[in-house]
Amino acid sequence: MKVVVCIKQVPDTTNVRINPETNTLIREGVESIVNPFDEYAIEEALRIKERLDEPVTTIAVTMGPPQAEAVLRQALSLGVDEAILLSDRAFAGSDTWATSYALSKMIEKIGDVDVVLCGKQAIDGDTAQVGPGIAVHLGVPQITFVKKIEELTPKKIRAERMMEEGYQVVESRLPVLLTVVKEINEPRLPSIRGKMRAKKAEIPTWTAANLDVKENSIGLKGSPTVVHKIYAPERKKDGRVLEGEPADVAVEIVSELKRLSLV
Amino acid sequence: MDYQLTELQQEIRDIARQIAEEKIKPVRAAYDEDGNFPWDIVKVCADADLFAVFLPEAYGGLGGGIMELVVATEELSRACGGIALCLAASALGTIPIVLFGTDEQKQKYIPDLAAGKTVAAFALTEPAAGSDASAIQTTAVKDGDHYVINGLKQWITNGGEAGTYVVITMTDKTKGARGASAFLLEKGMEGFDFGKKENKMGIRGSTTRELIFRDCRVHKSQLLGREGMGFMVAMKTFDMSRPGVAAQALGIAQGALDEAITYARQREQFGHPIISFQGIQFKLAEMAMRVEAARALIYAVARSIDAGDTKCAKESAMTKTFASDVAMYVTTEAVQVLGGYGYMKEYPVEKMMRDAKITQIYEGTNEIQRGVIASNLIKEYASKK
Repeated sequence: MKVVVCIKQVPDTTNVRINPETNTLIREGVESIVNPFDEYAIEEALRIKERLDEPVTTIAVTMGPPQAEAVLRQALSLGVDEAILLSDRAFAGSDTWATSYALSKMIEKIGDVDVVLCGKQAIDGDTAQVGPGIAVHLGVPQITFVKKIEELTPKKIRAERMMEEGYQVVESRLPVLLTVVKEINEPRLPSIRGKMRAKKAEIPTWTAANLDVKENSIGLKGSPTVVHKIYAPERKKDGRVLEGEPADVAVEIVSELKRLSLV
Repeated sequence: MDYQLTELQQEIRDIARQIAEEKIKPVRAAYDEDGNFPWDIVKVCADADLFAVFLPEAYGGLGGGIMELVVATEELSRACGGIALCLAASALGTIPIVLFGTDEQKQKYIPDLAAGKTVAAFALTEPAAGSDASAIQTTAVKDGDHYVINGLKQWITNGGEAGTYVVITMTDKTKGARGASAFLLEKGMEGFDFGKKENKMGIRGSTTRELIFRDCRVHKSQLLGREGMGFMVAMKTFDMSRPGVAAQALGIAQGALDEAITYARQREQFGHPIISFQGIQFKLAEMAMRVEAARALIYAVARSIDAGDTKCAKESAMTKTFASDVAMYVTTEAVQVLGGYGYMKEYPVEKMMRDAKITQIYEGTNEIQRGVIASNLIKEYASKK
């Protein structure tokens, strides 16, 4: 069985700053990390390998600039078998449509892939579109927001989808694409052996020329999305928490609402 | 300061630091409170290969030495000296197998210890034999192809939890120190039980327990080294393991210094952060100097041992003695910097102070260590003539 896990290099948003003039992210000097949701996808790929009796090959892929190789090395250090980087100027400016198209072509080229795993979304764009997009381009079923794989055989999968209230159990044939939520597992830490191996590993770089892609479907040209404006949401005035005995608090709320002419 | 760590040592440091920050810090107070053995953290360390760092590649190790063990122990101890001891004490129980084991014994025990599937323990101390190790009463009497062991070992770190034990016994009491022999024992052997679990002041994330031997029959193939070599096994092991205990002390001290500086930067009194006061600055400077001096000494001695220096008893004793005194000083000062908060369990420095104390006592008290240092000095100067 072959499992591909799609990962993304994102800025570490725990210490990201916004340029107040342009309202865009200041990326300079911000460390890049593996998209946190993708860490759960990597872990699930490793667990699939561990839970199945038959041999499983796990392959991490990413599309990005040459430095995106770092996230692939991290995946290798955790125990993923192989990694491939898709990197070409021709992919620059890709939106979620063009990105998912390019990744689907990459997965097609890898060939005989049974399960594709993605994090539910990236923490920079937050669109949650690339995973489903890959499934559509590949023409395979997708199960999004997976919180548990109940059963997995070479033929089919039964998984639990996280819903706002409760969960939904979905069955699908393979191949299948899954996007996972953080409830699915607890990612492991790398091992020293894994890190040493990852450091030395040769990671092949594929370019547009390696894939059967249409020129006008990749990069900026292949991206239908137009961003009109990006802005930080206006900060609402701080709320107030009233504390005390319910009866007293109720009186206070009513008088406050009256004062604001809301009742 | 750049200590020119090798690539392997840097990876060990980074992973141990990540485990310390993400896995140990959130649970250290709970383990300190309940005194249970932290098997979940041991598993995390095992999966990360930390138990393998100092062991030979031929037996499933990463091929490092004492320096690698030191780096791992220091980083884990920065978060919790008690939990880190599970690793350091396992090393203490594994080193004699590396030093004195036959190939067969090494094949039998080291791979599982390197993988962290089980941990090891070293048993020398008895109720009446502490600093005077030659006073041990546990006996091993030869009976055909077997030895029959009787006696009681006390204050054994990892006792009851470890799967593998190196136990020092007397095979011939008439020969005194030359009548001691070391044996490899396994948990579950008939006649080998565990007694009282100690309720300790510090290092409570580590288990300390009695080992009880009642007619415990072991095959002669479990003898580690030759008969009569028991004290040599113990002393050579300590020469190698003391930098590891020193690293535990160093980590505790560094952790306390980290806490003191963080607190001093945010705590305001008289309208200023207390770190702006010279009285606090001088304290922090003194603490930092001693920590760095301890680190430099430990790293130098560990590297010397790994380079093949076998006559390191003096320097090895120096690392343990110096670093443990530094740990006691720095943790006590850290509590002082944090003032009333430092005395409370909401902050980790009071625990660090409790954890530091043992490092001045075990693996040879600092008084015994100073004796070792002095006797080596006397020998060295006497031979110069």
